[in-house]
Amino acid sequence: MRPMVEITDLHKSFGRVEVLRGINIAVPPGSVTSILGPSGSGKSTMLRCINHLEKPTAGAIQVDGEYVGYTRNGDTLSEISGRALARQRAGIGMVFQRFDLYAHMTAIENIIEGPIRVLGKSRTSAMEEARELLDRVGLGDRARAYPAQLSGGQQQRVAIARALAMKPKVMLFDEPTSALDPELVGEVLSVMKEVANSGITMLVVTHEVAFAREVSNEAIFMADGVVVERGDPDEVLRKPNHPRTRDFLSRVL
Amino acid sequence: MTTVAMDTPVASPTLKLAPRRHYLQIAAAVVVLLLAFLLAQSLATNDNMQWHIVWQYLWDEQVGRGIVTTLLLTVLCMTMGTALATVLAVMRLSKNRVLSSVAFAYVWFFRGTPLLVQLIFWYNLAALFPVLGIGIPFTSVGASVSTNAVITAFVAAVLGFTLNEAAYMSEIVRAGIQSVNIGQREAALSTGMTESQSMRRIVLPQAMRVIVPPTANQAINLLKATSLVAFIAGGDLLSAVQDIYAVNFAVIPLLVVASIWYLVIVTVASAGQYYLERWVGRGVTNFSEAAVTDQIASIEARQGGAA
Repeated sequence: MRPMVEITDLHKSFGRVEVLRGINIAVPPGSVTSILGPSGSGKSTMLRCINHLEKPTAGAIQVDGEYVGYTRNGDTLSEISGRALARQRAGIGMVFQRFDLYAHMTAIENIIEGPIRVLGKSRTSAMEEARELLDRVGLGDRARAYPAQLSGGQQQRVAIARALAMKPKVMLFDEPTSALDPELVGEVLSVMKEVANSGITMLVVTHEVAFAREVSNEAIFMADGVVVERGDPDEVLRKPNHPRTRDFLSRVL
Repeated sequence: MTTVAMDTPVASPTLKLAPRRHYLQIAAAVVVLLLAFLLAQSLATNDNMQWHIVWQYLWDEQVGRGIVTTLLLTVLCMTMGTALATVLAVMRLSKNRVLSSVAFAYVWFFRGTPLLVQLIFWYNLAALFPVLGIGIPFTSVGASVSTNAVITAFVAAVLGFTLNEAAYMSEIVRAGIQSVNIGQREAALSTGMTESQSMRRIVLPQAMRVIVPPTANQAINLLKATSLVAFIAGGDLLSAVQDIYAVNFAVIPLLVVASIWYLVIVTVASAGQYYLERWVGRGVTNFSEAAVTDQIASIEARQGGAA
């Protein structure tokens, strides 16, 4: 089966600092992959490369068989137009650590913006779907609230609904619970669990070891810009082989 | 561990709270009011003010035409200047070095030379380029027209104010764009919006909260700066009253007429600014108010339930 996300020898440098030093990952469709590791290990950068918010320095990323940000001519990957890149990104949902809901729009306006502007849906049908999504994340009664009127957990659930509204093939979660008060983490994780069960391919950068173990099909442990260990989450997270993994887990558990 | 019964309120007689009296503040206020009254009285009773002339010319047709020209210039130049400023701001923030340098040079030049000099320059453009033409460079294809036929006093004024205003406004727009969290743009891009969609739909509307207050300042400044067209014979409000007092020598009363109208227009504009700020601040500025209202409502609901 063709992988949904395939990362080949991905390198990324910021100036002289090499943050990613050759990442190779293949993720099957419908799977949930958790990516763990100490801060500065390059997890978020790798995730941001998948929807081309960061431009790779070298290497290639394919989502559903398409090179993200490029088109292949023989041995060359040529950069595609902004419009073509936007079309690719529409199929890759992303949830950010800081939620990043559009602050000048209500919850439901946040959700319908993409379907109307990018997918060209009618306002009526976009609203209908947005209401269903808000119900799904448990916020049916908060449609007309502005982000600043919502708790962090509620904002993140709206952000998940906003990403789902584009009907993406892949969902990227970049530390979705790291900016939340402890008592609000659970509500976001349970929405994410429900999304995982719906069969969408998910890549989750997280520090939530319990979530990784319970929900994901594979755990990837990164350190210093490379993948040091990967495999069954129970194996990796219960009986880690690599000293860096053991060291990290002893700190977070 | 010893627990002191601190929580039990001690029954005590209801004590009245007496606010402190600010005698110095009261004295200062009296003095200031007195001075203001004396000034107003000396103006009102001064025969040289010739209030009947003020009243007569307040509704004069020529003054009215001046107001219309002043308003037209302000609205036209502010609108076109802001549009140009937005383009300049985006250029300035662009990763393309040529675009950002050109925008920088533009602002440097138009902020660096006096507005009046620029106005007189545009009015005398014919001295530099007697003929204006459009055509394909390095060929003979094209059309041309005499500069003096195109650059009337009004066109020179519109050009001068628009280009000058754009330089100042571009810095305001740039500050506004930079005030919007980078995450907003990334969130928009991640849902498949193009750079221009994310700028128009997500970044600029939020930048408006920062852009509007100084822009209102700029508009008010521009409104008054349009009086500079009196130097190039522009038919604005100041020119109109100048034309009138050149004949009847009632200089002060007519300057009062102009001042009254400038004040009226600025007052109306300021009211507009208030509502515009409330609109562009939606989701942010009104939030604390809404939160307090929410909280009061929920407290009332609880107390109502308990009672």
